[in-house]
Amino acid sequence: MSLKLKSMKIAVLVKQCPDTETKAKLTSNNLDLSGVKFILNPYDEFGVEEAIKTRDATKGTATVISVGPDRVVDAERTALAMGCDDAIHIKVSEEEYKNCDSYVIAKALSEVIKQKGFQIVFSGKQAIDDDALAVPQMVAELLGWSRATVVTKLEGISEGVIKARRSVEGGAEEVVELTAPAVIAANKGLNTPRYASLPGIMKAKQKKVEVIPLESLGLGAKDSRVEIIAAELPAEKAAGKVFKGTPEELAKQIVDALRNEAKVI
Amino acid sequence: MAKALVLIEQKEGNIKKASLEVVATLKANGYQVSTICFGDNLSSSSSKLASQAGDQGAETLYLVNDSSLKFYQPDTYKDTIAKSFADGGYTVLAGAATALVKDLFPTLAIKLEAGLVTDCIDFKTEGSSVVVKRPNLAGKYFTTVKVKSPKAALSLRPNVFKLQTPSGKAANIVEHPAAKDSTKTKVAAVEGNTQSARPDLTEAERIVSGGRSLKSGENFKILEELADAIGAAVGASRAAVDAGFVPHGMQVGQTGKTVNPNLYIACGISGAIQHLAGMKTSKIVVAINTDPEAPIFQKADYGAIGDLFQVVPALTQEFKKLLSQG
Repeated sequence: MSLKLKSMKIAVLVKQCPDTETKAKLTSNNLDLSGVKFILNPYDEFGVEEAIKTRDATKGTATVISVGPDRVVDAERTALAMGCDDAIHIKVSEEEYKNCDSYVIAKALSEVIKQKGFQIVFSGKQAIDDDALAVPQMVAELLGWSRATVVTKLEGISEGVIKARRSVEGGAEEVVELTAPAVIAANKGLNTPRYASLPGIMKAKQKKVEVIPLESLGLGAKDSRVEIIAAELPAEKAAGKVFKGTPEELAKQIVDALRNEAKVI
Repeated sequence: MAKALVLIEQKEGNIKKASLEVVATLKANGYQVSTICFGDNLSSSSSKLASQAGDQGAETLYLVNDSSLKFYQPDTYKDTIAKSFADGGYTVLAGAATALVKDLFPTLAIKLEAGLVTDCIDFKTEGSSVVVKRPNLAGKYFTTVKVKSPKAALSLRPNVFKLQTPSGKAANIVEHPAAKDSTKTKVAAVEGNTQSARPDLTEAERIVSGGRSLKSGENFKILEELADAIGAAVGASRAAVDAGFVPHGMQVGQTGKTVNPNLYIACGISGAIQHLAGMKTSKIVVAINTDPEAPIFQKADYGAIGDLFQVVPALTQEFKKLLSQG
């Protein structure tokens, strides 16, 4: 990647998500968070790594931003331990956060990005809890910036133009040219995220986390355009059938079951 | 009657099935449906597109045919749809949850001040409100979401909603100019596997998927033969991708693609939770593995304990036999 800019002011958006191993227990309209282990959204690690690399190449600064209750600072600390310089925590209570939709989150992030004068924004392409792939594009639109999502390669960042590759359907890739400033939402493959080192983890504890209450931005759950009204678990699947025999016998049993029982062939 | 605008995607002059499912669903829910389609060479296929859209209940097909639209151009799509939506008095913007719609609709939701819900698996209206259902935590639970704002922007998951019996009535074709207010993002080229005859993983109705037990990229050939026999797409586990057998574009699961086929055949895949996250909403799962303890068998409707290198070719033969009989 060729970098021609000096001392860029970089923001990286992160989300704290329930761990993949989470067993879902529900309240009436949401996930029951008691006993849930939280992690930094895996896709955001690619965004954090790219922010750190860009910071190093331009001798700039990389700031982590997250919206949520106090627990999300743990995810920000992970990014700080990887090497980001400081963090901004847009703070909201757990109860209020549950009712903030992607629009409210994106609006809050875009306000802070504007206020602080960031020049480029990185993020993961989606969060593994709601898989919406919405906030990065919304932030770009609210800022009037260009954006590329599902980015697998950054080919150059220069004064006016950012060149990127993004994966699209069927394994093809789009080559895109973005007019800076831009939001870059990372896919797996953009880089190999570094592990937080022990000294990195120690140092992260001392790094500055600025707290900005969501309500101080004039925003809250009241501004959401969609509302979760109920939650449910999927129907339990009945135990499957297991076939044994020679390869030919197995093949016959599978095909017979798919045609006559499941009726999908 | 409430009006809906559906973005339809076409490939070589045919509307994608997933887009038609969206048209059919809105129509079945009482909407007056218009469709909008983009491309650089739509003239010759316009009557076919109009009959496919009309068959599922669309009254109008806006054709945005412009030499600049060989590839997806996010700004032109956004500005053109926003203008059409505002002029037409629509309340719902909808499309299939494809790579393109996932990228585009969040920006349109902002521009139109519409509530956005992605990847819907159920759609209904309550009074004048849209109420949808969507998966969370990769299908571990589902939420029912009500759109509070007067306008909604929705993407519908492919292979979930039913097509209607063709009406035999074509949609009216209306040429629509491309808005070129801004071009901050330019797609200059599309490279790589653009002409694959196999369906895209996220829209595929059938998928054959392979894991680390395949041992090499070369060996994926036996999965491709099986896939071609039944018109399936080919996927892979993260282990097979990380081992360098196949590209990341084929990965199913967390940090890969989420798929929703009617039939998923997992070959030599152990079934790590990250893989299950990407395929657990498949309707029927077949697992082939030598290890009877593999977690994939917990999720499989049909399991076969055996060596994939023997079972898969036998299965290909058996399918060919069956399908040649019709």
